[in-house]
Amino acid sequence: MTLIDVQDVWFSYDSEVMALQGVSLSIGNGETIALIGQNGGGKTTLAKHFNGLLKPTKGRVLVKDVDTKSVPANRLAFTVGYVFQNPAHQIFSSTVRDEVSFGPRNAHLSEEEITRRTAEAIEKVGLQGYENVHPYDLDYGKQKLLTVASIMSMKPEVYCLDEPTTGQDHKGRWRVAELIRRLNESGATVIVITHDMRFVAEVVKRVVLIANGKILADMPTKEIFERIEMLRSAQIRPPQITQLAHSLSSYKIPQNITTISEMAEAVREQLSALGNLKR
Amino acid sequence: MSPRDTVVEVRDFTYCYPNHAAVLSEVTFEIKKGEMLGIIGPNGAGKSTLCKSLNGLVPHFYGGAIAGTVSIAGMDTMKCTVAQLSLKVGLVFQDPTNQFSGVSTRVDEEVAFGMSMMGYSREVMQPRIEEALRVVGLEKLRERSPYELSGGQQQRLAIATVLAVRPEIIVMDEPTAQLDPIGKMEVLQTMRELNRQGYTIIVAEHEIEALATFADRLMVLDNGRIIAQGSTREILTQVKKLKEIGIDPPSVTELCDRLSNQPLIKKEELPITLDEATALFSHALRGNSK
Repeated sequence: MTLIDVQDVWFSYDSEVMALQGVSLSIGNGETIALIGQNGGGKTTLAKHFNGLLKPTKGRVLVKDVDTKSVPANRLAFTVGYVFQNPAHQIFSSTVRDEVSFGPRNAHLSEEEITRRTAEAIEKVGLQGYENVHPYDLDYGKQKLLTVASIMSMKPEVYCLDEPTTGQDHKGRWRVAELIRRLNESGATVIVITHDMRFVAEVVKRVVLIANGKILADMPTKEIFERIEMLRSAQIRPPQITQLAHSLSSYKIPQNITTISEMAEAVREQLSALGNLKR
Repeated sequence: MSPRDTVVEVRDFTYCYPNHAAVLSEVTFEIKKGEMLGIIGPNGAGKSTLCKSLNGLVPHFYGGAIAGTVSIAGMDTMKCTVAQLSLKVGLVFQDPTNQFSGVSTRVDEEVAFGMSMMGYSREVMQPRIEEALRVVGLEKLRERSPYELSGGQQQRLAIATVLAVRPEIIVMDEPTAQLDPIGKMEVLQTMRELNRQGYTIIVAEHEIEALATFADRLMVLDNGRIIAQGSTREILTQVKKLKEIGIDPPSVTELCDRLSNQPLIKKEELPITLDEATALFSHALRGNSK
């Protein structure tokens, strides 16, 4: 089922430069998608159209068949949750608990339900024990987790996460990856804007590459990392393990490898074939 | 100073912020002139605090309790002011805008700001501004406002403001953490260039695959303690130990660790860079080419 349908969208902030130039894509139920590309290319501008934070200058965006121009953004927030890149643009409460419970409280849910959802969201991002802490006393990585929790408590169908791994240490990255996996397993659609190609390779199934306001590619993760020339032209470096596969292209190593496990498997296979040859 | 002089000497250093438990415990290490040391470890391990201890912000600005000693270019940080130390050691923060004066409207003015606060004359400042802008590659943007630069350019400006004072040692606290890939690359290349020019560099950094290509030594910090230090290779090839505390070694190192039961891959010679791994597998798979 199509949840978000972007139809030939053009957008300009100031009527001079077109930040989006004829973008079309549709996002289905239960997908995991990464929007990649250099800064200034239009990733965030596009993502802000998914929940009506921005409305197209030309073209239209349908969220569950409803034109985003015909409804206020606060109504779409129940369908599409947006987590900003900079936590400071989102956080405004004075405790972690208040921040996470704001959404459900604003939606006039029962006190019981608010408490339940708040505790659940805080637990899922791993911020138990920080309930009474001031958000700005958290480190940057934990602030980002908090902004995810405050959207989770709204239980949207689509999560849009703008650079969730920035400022995370390695453990934090995998916690975010695990979180996305679990959200997806529970039925949610997850869209991430990210520069972290290893994260892309291990977490999402579909990649949309955006540059100069246009979609350069929209394809399965495995396929996009094979397009060496295209990635190079967009100044994107694939994960190190994929780069290794590319540099071993003349030794029968598959070129669509994106994870360490796949590479280990491919090397074992080739080494044993070689052993057979020698024997 | 001879090239192998010790420029940083930290002995049994323990530190607590006011009203907190120890964030650094019995930290001991030294750094030779011209070395590049990477500090790795999870967030909250004490990396930032250690960086701030090297230029005297800890304890002079933050207060708290200290045991042990930190000596920078022969100066005991407890016995010197932050201003005196700033002539020897420059600190670059994670968020470059935290470092800006907020009053300069041009890039070159920002580079001059720190020096003018120290009372340097225009004649002294001018060549230093030129030199600093050249090293970080911002000569052409000298008239721009610091706030109209990209993230990578802002961080390079922050580095230039530190360079202009001509310290012997540059400490960087996760200088690429909030940058996009192009910005990260710009800053990492600048770091490498400075080291090539002889600066001693200490950098807290999560970009392990980049550190693998140019750090001389690594220190692993966890819960305020140094749990390992040694050559970059010695540290990164301890795959199991790193993963236990939540640090991902370079992907190629992890790959070869998993394949170390294969006769062609020796546990003690695991590759740590893409080039090394390419060489290893090209050799192992030769005779198998298409």
